[in-house]
Amino acid sequence: MLEIKNLHARAGDALILKGIDLSIGAGEVHAIMGPNGSGKSTLAGVLSGRPSFEVTEGSVLYRGEDLLAMEPEDRARAGIFQAFQYPVEIPGVTNNYFLKASLNAIRTARGEDELDAMDFLSVVREKMKIVEMPKDLMGRSINEGFSGGEKKRNEVLQMLLLEPSFMVLDETDSGLDIDALRVVANGVNHLRSPERSMLVITHYQRLLDYIVPDVVHVLSEGRIVRSGGKELALELEEKGYGWIEGAAAP
Amino acid sequence: MSRILEEARDRFLALAGEAPPAGGLALLREVGLEAFAEQGLPDTKQEEWRYTRLTPLAEIAWTNAPAAIGVKQSSLEAAAEPVFGCEPVVFVDGRHRAGLPGGAGAGEVAALAESAEAPALLGTLAEARSHPFVGLNGALCQDGARVTLRGEAPCLVHLVFAEATEAAASHPRVLIEAAPGSRGTVIVDHVSLEETTHLANAVLEVEVGANASLDLVVLQRQGKRSFHAGHVAGRVERDGRLRTHTLTLGGAFVRNDLVVTLVGEGAECAMKGLYLGTGEELIDNHTWIDHSVPQCRSDELYKGVLAGRSQGVFRGRVVVRPDAQKTEAQQSNPNLLLSDDAEIDSKPQLEIYADDVKCSHGSAIGRLDPEALFYLRSRGIDVDEARALLTRGFAGEVLAALPEPTLAEAVGALFSERLERAGESP
Ligand SMILES: Nc1ncnc2c1ncn2[C@@H]1O[C@H](COP(=O)(O)OP(=O)(O)O)[C@@H](O)[C@H]1O
Ligand SMILES: [Mg+2]
Repeated sequence: MLEIKNLHARAGDALILKGIDLSIGAGEVHAIMGPNGSGKSTLAGVLSGRPSFEVTEGSVLYRGEDLLAMEPEDRARAGIFQAFQYPVEIPGVTNNYFLKASLNAIRTARGEDELDAMDFLSVVREKMKIVEMPKDLMGRSINEGFSGGEKKRNEVLQMLLLEPSFMVLDETDSGLDIDALRVVANGVNHLRSPERSMLVITHYQRLLDYIVPDVVHVLSEGRIVRSGGKELALELEEKGYGWIEGAAAP
Repeated sequence: MSRILEEARDRFLALAGEAPPAGGLALLREVGLEAFAEQGLPDTKQEEWRYTRLTPLAEIAWTNAPAAIGVKQSSLEAAAEPVFGCEPVVFVDGRHRAGLPGGAGAGEVAALAESAEAPALLGTLAEARSHPFVGLNGALCQDGARVTLRGEAPCLVHLVFAEATEAAASHPRVLIEAAPGSRGTVIVDHVSLEETTHLANAVLEVEVGANASLDLVVLQRQGKRSFHAGHVAGRVERDGRLRTHTLTLGGAFVRNDLVVTLVGEGAECAMKGLYLGTGEELIDNHTWIDHSVPQCRSDELYKGVLAGRSQGVFRGRVVVRPDAQKTEAQQSNPNLLLSDDAEIDSKPQLEIYADDVKCSHGSAIGRLDPEALFYLRSRGIDVDEARALLTRGFAGEVLAALPEPTLAEAVGALFSERLERAGESP
């Protein structure tokens, strides 16, 4: 599904990703853990096409196609979805209008008919139930004045609506209490299927109790320094990131 | 004054002689003519006109609107469509053509040229000498409307000023009187029936009585070759509320002057404005809120969107007189520049002579937020559509304050359409 080779990327003058190799097959869930500033969000941003990052070396193939050559909207239409660590607030554009425009853009790209207001409403209501999202959030401006938890629910709601093939979750768990975490994880698990893959970025092991990964990678200073099964997350939790940083030293 | 401006003045003065005043308009015409003959057209040496050159307007050989106007029946019918929830009263090239509703819920509307006598207030709220275009409007006024709102049932009036004749200038005068305790909305709608070069020089005199509440919507949606000079002079009595919505969607040249005096304690004025400039357009908004008595409130929000090589000017003057203690006045003028070649010159002007007041103001110039743009794109929304959505979102706050939801929707759609048509959905 996704093939990352020798990926180097920078933001401004700083080289942040320094050679990432990662291969994710269909149906697989990979977790990425690592200390703050290790480049997790940068990796996510490079995959979804955030303009502030520049790839200087390496390649990313998505279903055999050059992902890095695609515009962000074309990536989304091809089934890439990133749940953002810090979803942006957009005053003046209602969440409802936005989600409908988004879903219809994706449906059109998939060769499906656009949904009218009524059909959209029934689809979105059903998904809102899954993430226990308050109804009034649909009529408000995108993420404006949403609590941290509501913003994350809104991200997962979008994911449920768009039904992407490859998902990147960037610290979707951070700032959530245990109940909210369970709701959000439940939403994500709804999408698990043999055709879909996920890259779950987290700082803490606890999310991985709910979204159980096939492989865990540890990122440090822009490189994957260790990969293993889900027990690696536990080991990391126990020993702390200092253990890994030691390992990253040449 | 330059030669071009002098010649334009003389041509306007000659036009006054060609068209005798109708109905009760003789005095207005006489006073206007005298004032305009003295003042002429201002040049950029005058502070109020520093960024707004009148030469392009002065270079055109304007004519009086002909008495019989050749308009296609279909265009006239289109202009008379009840789009905002009521039958509109239609003026073509400044002269009344169709529709005069009356009675409960509709407000009373009379065409000025069809009444033998001028209403007492006409020419007193907007004085001929207060502004060169007010003088010019008086000098050449051929028609207009008197709108009266009475009673507690909310009234809705839609006046359409449509332009049809190439190179004609129209100078309609509108007097709006909201009787004490009345409530209502008056929409003054400037449209082009055909793409013509036209000057609409409208003067609105607005009296909001004690405890009355009026929403005044001035919708400027003329064609891209049209010129617009719009002057609103308002007075708000004790506990009255005036909410103005100045929606400027562009033309070759637009200058709006809005002067509101709060004369009774507890009076309120909310001024909302939205202006869109595309291409080479010039959009100039001058506002002036005068707090002359204590305990009044004003709240002003003008939002500007400037694309292409367009140029915006905003002057927001707020005067708090020595007696006007406990005044609350807020003003804000955020602008969105959609291109490197667009310009805005924004200047708030607070003149406060009382000490127990709460006043604030701010202006801002920004661009579309790249983070927001990326967020929308990352959800599959086309980059052009994402930009249009964000721009419309920026305008949303002003549209949301409109009294009729259908109006907000219609203006929002027009706004987006104009932006898209200009190919400058940035
Ligand atoms: N736009 C940017 N310009 C400059 N430096 C950046 C930018 N974005 C991120 N960085 C830096 O890159 C490093 C990695 O950031 P990030 O990918 O956000 O880490 P993580 O998500 O693992 O905490 C940090 O040192 C951060 O300060
Ligand atoms: Mg991060």
